[in-house]
Amino acid sequence: MELLKPELGLIIWTTIILLSLIFILTKFAWKPILKGLNDREKTIAEALNTAEKTKLEMAAMKSQHEALLNEARQERSLILKEAKDMKDAIIGEARDKAKSEGAKMIEEAKREIDNQKMAAIIEVKNAAGNLVLEVSEKILRRELNSKDEQVKYINTLIEQSKLN
Amino acid sequence: MCEYLCATKKRVIALKVLKFKLFITIFLLSVFSVSLVSAAHGEEETNSTAPTEHNESKKEDGKFNAKKVILEHISDSHEWHFFSYPTGDGYKDVALPLPCILYNDVNGFSFFLFNKLHHGAIDGYSLNAEHHIGRSDGEGFYDLSITKNVFAMMISSILLIWLFRSAAKGYGARPNQAPTGLQNLMEVLVSFVRDEAAKPFLGKKTDKYLPYLLTVFFFIWINNMLGLLPGGANVTGNIAVTTTLALFTFILILTGSRKHYWMHILNPPGIPFGVKLILVPVEILGIITKPFALLIRLFANMTAGHLIVLSFLSMIFIFGQMSPIAGGGISIFSIAFSTFIYLLEMLVCALQAYIFTMLSSVFISEAIAGGHDHDEHAAEDLP
Repeated sequence: MELLKPELGLIIWTTIILLSLIFILTKFAWKPILKGLNDREKTIAEALNTAEKTKLEMAAMKSQHEALLNEARQERSLILKEAKDMKDAIIGEARDKAKSEGAKMIEEAKREIDNQKMAAIIEVKNAAGNLVLEVSEKILRRELNSKDEQVKYINTLIEQSKLN
Repeated sequence: MCEYLCATKKRVIALKVLKFKLFITIFLLSVFSVSLVSAAHGEEETNSTAPTEHNESKKEDGKFNAKKVILEHISDSHEWHFFSYPTGDGYKDVALPLPCILYNDVNGFSFFLFNKLHHGAIDGYSLNAEHHIGRSDGEGFYDLSITKNVFAMMISSILLIWLFRSAAKGYGARPNQAPTGLQNLMEVLVSFVRDEAAKPFLGKKTDKYLPYLLTVFFFIWINNMLGLLPGGANVTGNIAVTTTLALFTFILILTGSRKHYWMHILNPPGIPFGVKLILVPVEILGIITKPFALLIRLFANMTAGHLIVLSFLSMIFIFGQMSPIAGGGISIFSIAFSTFIYLLEMLVCALQAYIFTMLSSVFISEAIAGGHDHDEHAAEDLP
């Protein structure tokens, strides 16, 4: 049957076409495509590796960071405590000082008041003495008619002085 | 609820319309083919007394010869025949004449276009009764013409080169980035061949044979597919083409073969002498039968597919000659079945390309296997 007889011409042409196709496609298509595929696969694998590594690094950094943070936190609380202590001490001191100062001032005030009081009493005493002297003078200057009148007069004087 | 029902109803109606359209299409096609058949029938009767040289041989005896038509469709030719139409005094062929390159000891090389032979003999070459090139002096000659199959192979090769060249450009333009468009499509196919047909068998030797395997895969596939087009050349269903493809694999098997491969054939280890007497000849035969199976498989699969489609379509014309109504009736089934086979063939196209490629790589890997000293050679192969 004709269908089953391979023709020599067609075999030769097929060989020529196939050989040139293999050559051209290898040079212009397969090499760049396969190289591109391999390169990309490599790049992806590398990227994945890098990502994994970065993840580990990140984890390490995170723990480091955490430790640092903890330290900082401790330090902060320490500082806060110190500050509080200092504040308490300062306030206590200030209070003590204020208290003693206040006591001192009160003491001084009291003394002043006493002084003033004494001065006032002396003044009153002086004024009373003067008044007595004045009254006595007036009494002495007046004629003393009767005893009643004297008494009366003395009373008015006293009354007057009182009114004053 | 009502909306849903209405939508469903609409869909049902749309489906019915679609079915109706399909039916009408098939019906119209049938009527068209029947009218063609009857036109041809009438034409022949007027022409039967004076057949011209341009007449198609299939109608010469007034009957539709399915075998001849089918064989003409699947065999190689010196012209690319598209269709023929009836004219006043016979049939006119619309065909692309292809260049003939012939060699003979007397004339040396002769170059001419095939249609020149219609007007008379050139350099002693003329058309014989079967519309083929022959010599009037009966001497032998070599036919190195660019036939329909050669021309189709050239077209498909150019198509392949263009396709993969443009796909490969993407790697230069966007290195290490996601592929786009055509590059994306081709990359899937290339990596499929690499990962499914080459790497599992060839291992570290993959890079050496991959260009050949890729070329063969895409060459077979594209020629299979182009052969399915109406008017397409049946390239991969031609035994000369498949023989050449198998020869390529055979040469790669022989050039790549190691001592281990030949020792397994000539002196299989661990087998008693009596069995060896039977086994060794079988194994020696196996050297040839493996590539032979490759060439027969591809040839038979592609030819069978074309045969079935053409047979179904020929049925329309065979029945149409009995009566136009019978032809019209059978055309509905013929078209439905040939459409089914056509779709199946599209799968077979890819499948056969894959099988040829995969088996090639299996046979090559058997030949290059190092056996016990495999590791030693493997170490050698490392860059």
